[in-house]
Amino acid sequence: MIEIDAVTKVYGEATVVDAVTATVPSGSVAAIVGTSGSGKSTLLRMINRLVDPTSGAVRIDGRDTREEPPHVLRRRIGYVIQGNGLFPHRTVAQNIATVPVLLDWDKRRIAARVDELLELFQLDPAEFRGRMPHELSGGQQQRVGVARGLAAGPNILLMDEPFGALDPIIRAKAQDDLAAIQKRLGTTIVLVTHDMEEAIGLGDAIGVMDEGRLLQFAPPEEIIARPASPFVERLVGAADRPFRLLSLARCGDLAGPSAASGPAIDADTSARDALADLLWSARDAAPVARDGVIVGSVTREALEAKAAGPR
Amino acid sequence: MSIGLAMRAAAAALLVAFLVAPQAFTFAFAPFAEGGAPAIYQQADMLDLALNHLALVAAAVGAATLLAVGLAILVTRPFGAEFLPLSRAIANIGQTFPPIAVLALTVPTLGFGAGPTLFALFLYGLLPIFENALTGLSTLRPAVREAALGVGMDAWQRLTRVELPLAAPTILAGVRLSVVISIATATIGSTVGASTLGEVIIAGLLSNNLAFILQGGLVVGAMAVLVSDGLTQLERLNGARPRGFRRGAPTGAGAPQGGRQGQGH
Repeated sequence: MIEIDAVTKVYGEATVVDAVTATVPSGSVAAIVGTSGSGKSTLLRMINRLVDPTSGAVRIDGRDTREEPPHVLRRRIGYVIQGNGLFPHRTVAQNIATVPVLLDWDKRRIAARVDELLELFQLDPAEFRGRMPHELSGGQQQRVGVARGLAAGPNILLMDEPFGALDPIIRAKAQDDLAAIQKRLGTTIVLVTHDMEEAIGLGDAIGVMDEGRLLQFAPPEEIIARPASPFVERLVGAADRPFRLLSLARCGDLAGPSAASGPAIDADTSARDALADLLWSARDAAPVARDGVIVGSVTREALEAKAAGPR
Repeated sequence: MSIGLAMRAAAAALLVAFLVAPQAFTFAFAPFAEGGAPAIYQQADMLDLALNHLALVAAAVGAATLLAVGLAILVTRPFGAEFLPLSRAIANIGQTFPPIAVLALTVPTLGFGAGPTLFALFLYGLLPIFENALTGLSTLRPAVREAALGVGMDAWQRLTRVELPLAAPTILAGVRLSVVISIATATIGSTVGASTLGEVIIAGLLSNNLAFILQGGLVVGAMAVLVSDGLTQLERLNGARPRGFRRGAPTGAGAPQGGRQGQGH
């Protein structure tokens, strides 16, 4: 659990982060959204003390982060940045092994851990271990960057625009992979992004920052349905709201018993994609299949009801 | 590439042959020795002179490298940034002050012999190394610097594991420059009694013997070219490990360094 307690950062005259308080429960993903200069990166960097707060405190599992030297603290916290920041003079394996080496793991354990992570990120160890970072594609570099962040098995992973340098198709895949790995490892993630779509897709909670202040920190549904300020509403995008709400629901959860014809939709598909499917195929309902077995059907009516905001 | 290698080997062989048995080259230099003067310098062993010459350069550039890289490291740390102007000034003065004047000024304190030359070469070699080290250390990509901090390296680990290895090719280029300059400049050391190949040239000037001047100059020139060449190869080896890699595996199959997993250092 990360407790951010009235944290403020002042540079000269400018207050970059202004009395932010938030709690990120263990095993959850918090996405911090804001425009550039909103202080979101500074807030993130105060968690692993790359920036020291002017006032306030950050506690991890109840312990104040100032209790140990910053570099020791950082070895317990994974850190992934935009453009990955891989060490260009080190192989993929050496990059991933950075923190375990700093922690003095023995060689065999490190080698095993590197291979395990490469496999987790769908990179063949035999092929990729010895490669240099510049020999990888952008997507592969990004995966190695995340693998390095996770190498020593940290409870917490901080990510600063981790997908910013990727093209849209690879980005969507990288986001899905991250969500799957997070679910599997139970890592607490704080992710900074300027992309509301990404925040809604990955975050259990979304924090919206503007001019150093945390305007709202709440689950995505609430951010969409009840934005705390006009700025939050603008960031969510008024026209996109129903679709963002739909993207949070699985169509399997909206399926009813009625019969329908045509190609089935997988139960794990988001309600938004299911509606798109219905609109495109000009159907009022479609069968829903889980693991290839029809479990019911979803109607356009049910989807539209889900898309409606609070009244 | 193989032609270049052959030429290098031939030049090196010729140089070594001349240093070991200069008398064998009498035929080449005799035409330049007028009036029955000796064609080959014999007052000292040519090989000894060359080795002393190189040793002097190595000692001076070695010391200059230590100080220059040390200063560059100091001024790129947060606590040492204030010393940047001072360090620049020291390095600049070292470069602009003529070595011959340094000799004249230091002979009274250090006496005749290798001392003044060592000092002059040391001063003269500082600037290229310092400027290159400064460039190498201060142009680290921000994302890499951030990553080194973020993974939890302390200041020493960041310096030795990330900053210096990445700056090494640039630093080495500066060292090479200093070595070449020093090999040529070391000849003037013989005016104040240092044992260098300058002795041959000066003897030629004093006795008006073109053969001596030529052989002294040629040996110094050949050494400078060959040493510079060797250091360039070293730079390439060091800086291009990544690039050489791609050349090594054009099919994309099996990375040649695949066996080096995990061994951080």
